[in-house]
Amino acid sequence: MTPSAIALNRFGLGTRPDEPEPVDPAQWLLSQFEKYEALPSPWKQTMRTPALVQDWLAQQRAVRQAPQGLRSGIREAYLRKGREEYVAAVGARTTSALQTATPFVERLVHFWSNHFAVSVDKLLVIGLAGGFEADAIRPNVLGRFEDLLLAAVRHPAMLLYLDQAQSIGPASLAGQRSQNQPMRGRGLNENLAREILELHTLGVRSGYTQADVTEFARALTGWTLPNDESGDGSDATFRFVPALHEPGSRTVLGRTYDDNGEQQARAILHALAIAPATAQHIATKLARHFVGDDPPPALVQRLADNFMRTGGDLSRLYRELVASPEVWQFGQGKFKSPWDWSISSLRALGRRDLPAAQAINLMNQLGQPVWRPGSPAGYGDLTNTWAAPDALIRRVEAAQRLAAQAGNSVDARALAPRVLPGGALSAATASAITNAESGSTALALLLVAPEFLRR
Amino acid sequence: MHLDRRSFLGTTALLAAPRLLLAQAATERRLIFIIQRGAADGLNTVIPYADPAYAAARGNQAIDPASTHKLDGLFALHPSLAKLHTLYGAGQASFFHAVASPYRDRSHFDGQNVLETGGNAPYQVKDGWLNRLLGLLPRTGKDAMAFSSAIPLALRGPVEVSSYAPSALPAANDDLMMRVEQLYAKDRQLHALWASALEARGMAGGAAGGMSGNAPRQDSAALGRMAAGFLGRADGPRVAMIETSGWDTHSGQTARLAAQLGNLDNLLAGLHDGLGAVWDKTVILVATEFGRTVAANGTGGTDHGTGAVAMLVGGAVQGGRVVADWPGLSNANLLDGRDLKPTLALDALITEVCAQSFAIEPERLSQVLFPHGGRGTPIPRLLRA
Repeated sequence: MTPSAIALNRFGLGTRPDEPEPVDPAQWLLSQFEKYEALPSPWKQTMRTPALVQDWLAQQRAVRQAPQGLRSGIREAYLRKGREEYVAAVGARTTSALQTATPFVERLVHFWSNHFAVSVDKLLVIGLAGGFEADAIRPNVLGRFEDLLLAAVRHPAMLLYLDQAQSIGPASLAGQRSQNQPMRGRGLNENLAREILELHTLGVRSGYTQADVTEFARALTGWTLPNDESGDGSDATFRFVPALHEPGSRTVLGRTYDDNGEQQARAILHALAIAPATAQHIATKLARHFVGDDPPPALVQRLADNFMRTGGDLSRLYRELVASPEVWQFGQGKFKSPWDWSISSLRALGRRDLPAAQAINLMNQLGQPVWRPGSPAGYGDLTNTWAAPDALIRRVEAAQRLAAQAGNSVDARALAPRVLPGGALSAATASAITNAESGSTALALLLVAPEFLRR
Repeated sequence: MHLDRRSFLGTTALLAAPRLLLAQAATERRLIFIIQRGAADGLNTVIPYADPAYAAARGNQAIDPASTHKLDGLFALHPSLAKLHTLYGAGQASFFHAVASPYRDRSHFDGQNVLETGGNAPYQVKDGWLNRLLGLLPRTGKDAMAFSSAIPLALRGPVEVSSYAPSALPAANDDLMMRVEQLYAKDRQLHALWASALEARGMAGGAAGGMSGNAPRQDSAALGRMAAGFLGRADGPRVAMIETSGWDTHSGQTARLAAQLGNLDNLLAGLHDGLGAVWDKTVILVATEFGRTVAANGTGGTDHGTGAVAMLVGGAVQGGRVVADWPGLSNANLLDGRDLKPTLALDALITEVCAQSFAIEPERLSQVLFPHGGRGTPIPRLLRA
């Protein structure tokens, strides 16, 4: 396989037949950093986070003011609207992936969105998940890791998903008040603190303790959503509430942080964002994503060193990745996730959009519903996660359906060498395509060919 | 009845017959592992209603004993588990409280890794204990099946395992299927996956219970009957795994746990109804990676804990009992001042269940399933003789 095929398929989202093969593959990847649009046109048609937060607050206010009997109706109406926002956002994500001129950066968006996973399994997040990717992830994928981290954990979707929005310092003003009303039973929640340490930054088993989790959770108290009582239509999506904040200095990983309100947790996040364990964790995940399940240790170390040297400058980290010889070696390639496979199939067929409802159904059927992983760890990124008997047969079913939609408008024999360029197309696949009984069977075979299932 | 495990073991340990490492004959036993991903709250599932510290620790999340299904003088089942309670009454369900794997930290992902691999520490062992168990059983073709699209870690390993989940996609036509088969003939990985998938689909076509391939996946009872359709066949799998998720109740626990347990109850009932005569040969193990904090947290839920509940359900189970060396819920008795202290090793329970299910010598079985751990204290007579 040639470097241009690797650039298109391993780093990109698969080849589009209407796009020229890159002449200088590495340069083609790096030049995307300048061309990347944080908010491309498909996303411009969806609601932004500030408006989504206003909807959430309006609902909270309405529930509070309504008589008991009407409250569940208000909540249901909000979830129905949230579901509509979710559908629109999945549509925007899909269209954006199909049309983008910067598929490498788009892939990085998908990577980071999964690293900082929120899941609409928690229904109250459903309206905000698209806003999370649009406003927390997309603008920050080429910047500093610390900014990306901050944007992700301060976004209302994350604050709600990992229960931070309701966490209260036991010795805070509000905590003391609620002690006199035991039925309210409100207090500390350590969920976000734990997942930041375990999943977002240092990584599991990197040396932090339960005491570190609890201390960090105390420092995070007060980080929540805007006030639903103001209703001032402001653009705020985050609020620090001193009355919820646990007073006192905190010790996390042996370092003491003075109590300076909101800044206390920010200072901890700063230390986490540039910690060596974080560099190792991010380097490993990135190398695993682009190279293989067990990436070469030398590559991981080079990426981790780069991360430490630059203080987590992500663009420079990607440059190091692209400059690494290991990523240009073909090997067997990585088994595509259902999302990667679907997007690359649609791109191969020359599709420029897919109805949102169809995209949602397709991803549900293939086992990777958008923004709905089973846990805050996001979807797995190993061959074993996706290469399974039933999963494979579903791809064949989906390929048949996509090929039928393409009808006779595409000739698989001509298409195959274009989407699998540089010798990637095997003789066996080419022969199977030539001998197929119909045009749509030939297309389906191309999409499920061994070399198309891997990148 | 509530058994003190130590006195219980003292009287019956000698009665267990020796068993060989390799199961000798083709087995009629069905072993189903239902994993609860997300740390299921054992304390509101098998509720220690008579523990004096329970009600205070759980505050407004404590379950009113009047609404529960009583098991004995100490424990009661959550109100959502009505059908399971009926099975308990029929002597076909046992509960094991304050159990834990060797894992003592509080990460879901590491905890599930230990639960599924059988290691002492995360990522120490690469394949799953259920797959290693398969390696000891007589090979009859399709031995095991995961009822999910992908294969969960506990079933991954050298022995080939199939997977099946009902699909709403239209089936691919025969011509395409045949051509794909040819296309994969020389690709080792894809060929194996393909062969396994075809066999599973073939079985699903003729599965008892008349479930079509388009069963709604959210319906737990239908999922149970669908799985039973495979397991009930004479040529069907003997070992299976079903994944459940959504147990991580950091907030809104009261309503969420009630719904989760209702689904589990329906899943078990679906298996019971669908398996028919094979139910008598069936052992279902229900387990989670760890339990949840004894005290309610500040947001209407509970946080990651340690000691949990495991269950054995099925016609082959010597049931009707709660096995617990109960550590108590008062502050002085908690692990790290917050968690139910584990007093029963889940590894030991699993070893015994598998040994008794397939007549394998437990000492050596434990070395295969849990190579880095001791066998723990034996628990005899989990199953009917």
